Amino acid sequence: MFDEMTGDGGVRPPYHDIAAWLEAMGPEAMELKRLEAETLFRRIGITFAVYGEGGDPERLIPFDLIPRVFSAEEWRTLSRGITQRARALNAFLWDVYHRGEILKAGVIPADLIYRNAAFLPEMMGVDPPGRIYSHIVGIDIVRTGPHEFLVLEDNCRTPSGVSYVLENREIMMRMFPDLFAGGRVLPVDGYPDMLRATLEEVAPPACKGDPTCVVLTPGPLNSAYYEHSFLADQMGVELVEARDLFVDEGKVWMKTTQGPSRVDVIYRRIDDDFIDPLVFRPESVLGVAGLMNAYRSGGVTIVSAPGAGVADDKAVYCYVPDMIRFYLGEKAILKNVPTWKCSEPEDCAYVLAHLDEVVVKEVHGSGGYGMLIGPKSTAAERDVFARKIREAPGVFIAQPTLDLSTVPSLSPLGPSPRHVDFRPFALVGKDIRLTPGGLTRVALREGSLVVNSSQGGGVKDTWVLTE
Amino acid sequence: MATLSRTAADLFWMARYLERAEAMARLVEMGRRMAMLPNSAEGHREEWRSVAAAAGCAAHFEDRDVDQKTVIVGLVLDRANPSSIVSCLDRARHNARSVRTALTTQAWETLNEAWLRLGDLTESAALRELPQTLDWVKGRCAQFRGASDATMLRDDRYDFARLGLLIERADMTLRLLDVKHYVLLPETDVVGGGRDRHQWTSVLMATSALRAYHWVYRGDFSPWRIADFLILNGACPRSLAHCSLESVAVLDRLARGYGERHACHHTASETVALLSDLDIGAIFHDGLHEFLTRMIARNNRLTAEIADAYHF
Repeated sequence: MFDEMTGDGGVRPPYHDIAAWLEAMGPEAMELKRLEAETLFRRIGITFAVYGEGGDPERLIPFDLIPRVFSAEEWRTLSRGITQRARALNAFLWDVYHRGEILKAGVIPADLIYRNAAFLPEMMGVDPPGRIYSHIVGIDIVRTGPHEFLVLEDNCRTPSGVSYVLENREIMMRMFPDLFAGGRVLPVDGYPDMLRATLEEVAPPACKGDPTCVVLTPGPLNSAYYEHSFLADQMGVELVEARDLFVDEGKVWMKTTQGPSRVDVIYRRIDDDFIDPLVFRPESVLGVAGLMNAYRSGGVTIVSAPGAGVADDKAVYCYVPDMIRFYLGEKAILKNVPTWKCSEPEDCAYVLAHLDEVVVKEVHGSGGYGMLIGPKSTAAERDVFARKIREAPGVFIAQPTLDLSTVPSLSPLGPSPRHVDFRPFALVGKDIRLTPGGLTRVALREGSLVVNSSQGGGVKDTWVLTE
Repeated sequence: MATLSRTAADLFWMARYLERAEAMARLVEMGRRMAMLPNSAEGHREEWRSVAAAAGCAAHFEDRDVDQKTVIVGLVLDRANPSSIVSCLDRARHNARSVRTALTTQAWETLNEAWLRLGDLTESAALRELPQTLDWVKGRCAQFRGASDATMLRDDRYDFARLGLLIERADMTLRLLDVKHYVLLPETDVVGGGRDRHQWTSVLMATSALRAYHWVYRGDFSPWRIADFLILNGACPRSLAHCSLESVAVLDRLARGYGERHACHHTASETVALLSDLDIGAIFHDGLHEFLTRMIARNNRLTAEIADAYHF
């Protein structure tokens, strides 16, 4: 097991300041600070909702005070790898919604794409500005050693969590100004400006002058509502719900106190299914009737594009290194986790024989639900999964149980190693922009590998150091 | 400078709910004081019924035996009563959260903190420490007004919130007077008795206007003076005259910004003109209750016209 602070003994250089700080603070002072941080989060209203669990509908994500640190060198590798991946994923999306060269070349099985639930035939031949489909790419990365970074999955639709990146830093700077005194930590607060620039760059070509951008939210009951309002606020754009928008003559308008006002770019935080009841779900009250038509005729840009999800499917994930080779002629800088596709008989047989060793995931699942962690499972749970896999092998993939890196985190017994992952956010406009940092999620339960906030995970401030 | 219609509506109602929460706290305070009076009917049931009526919640208590505890719980804590303090703060906070981006951090955090503490308010604690609880509610509402006042941009969003506050405040003053007139004083010839005087001063207390009244009219508690103060005296911040004048100023600012006048502008100006032509003698001569009913209807019409003009 690789601990990012101690490595194989001693303190690794990026963590020198943190180690000294932990030493100086002591456990009691840390506990007081932890409570102070929690009060701050509550007062600001940084909460998320967990569906279907009852209890407090506005729950806090536990915030761990001990930062996670990347050296400048580590970040160079990561950012090159992330940028490369974001570029390839967008090239892939343009291709599958046009001629499908990569499918014709036999690199990726056509069935996997055309029969995929996230593939939208309505998007065939549509040319979004700049040929960009996924404008915000969240790439989940895990670490298993000093130089071993692996991509766990891609999020091409509407990855969430960036508000925590900014708020975590804000709270750390407010509570521990001394830690930042040397100016060695790269700031993350440029994200909203970069997001706004990205949105403006992808406005429809017909839009003259300053484009009007909005953030489209399902509303205050959505689990990520805080983030939606935070981003709109930070960018200085309106936060709208579907009922605030309507389509007229191929253009999108919002209802204002002075009558209708044009909208050029919609950063939507609602799922594809709920964009337009005329095209997708007739019973949906979340969508805007006619929005897809307005989009297809170039009247408005939807960020990210409908149908972008076909690139982040867990089965398609296996082929991302092939996409990078196919479109960019490069070798993938960040490796994938080796993956067995249960749709293939040989792989499936291997998975069934090694259920106690591997992690099984549903191809379309998210949030850590519907998964089996072999080494931590009971025989009964494995039986259930074996049956499910035999019934519908195409729905499952499996990966080896990774020995995720750990970072010291507060526990009742003082700082203890806890497993972490990492989600940076790449912004794709005319350029690809990357905030130095991202969201570090931590499995706060001892030994746990599940970092999802819905299952006992927390978050940490993530530092990228200057050279 | 246009703003989202939903945002405007949410801000308008957020301010109304907050103002109502505060008014509820004052009303319960009034009831508490009246209930401390000697020689009234057993259990002060009529006083508490009148408090419920002034709160516009008579229907909520219709089939119940109305005593002190029922009314206090109903007006302070009952989520089934849409006008209870807890319901008002819930809705104000829900609206504020929906338009989070239209509020400043300071204004939002004030409201959010109040709402969070509300979760700890139990029935027994509220009843045991009623004066403190009511003071706390009033204090939080004042703090929110102060935070918005000190930090919010003076744009149309501020104006919509301000309109909500003014309309709710005028409405509450009108209803309070109406209840005093209608329920507590059926026989006008007994005006001036000791208990009656105390009830009138309770009205002033419920509008936080007792000291101000003293300042203006010295200790002369006649019903028409009090009515004059709460209806026609523009110096009293809860009077109909003051709220109407302020509404006109806010609406005029909106009209300047948007370059457009609507029916609501006409109605608001008309109310001001109408009030300046009246004296309290004429109001009593034609019937106070009739006047108040007309003004409440006018206030409702203004709300509908604002909603219409700005596409709420």
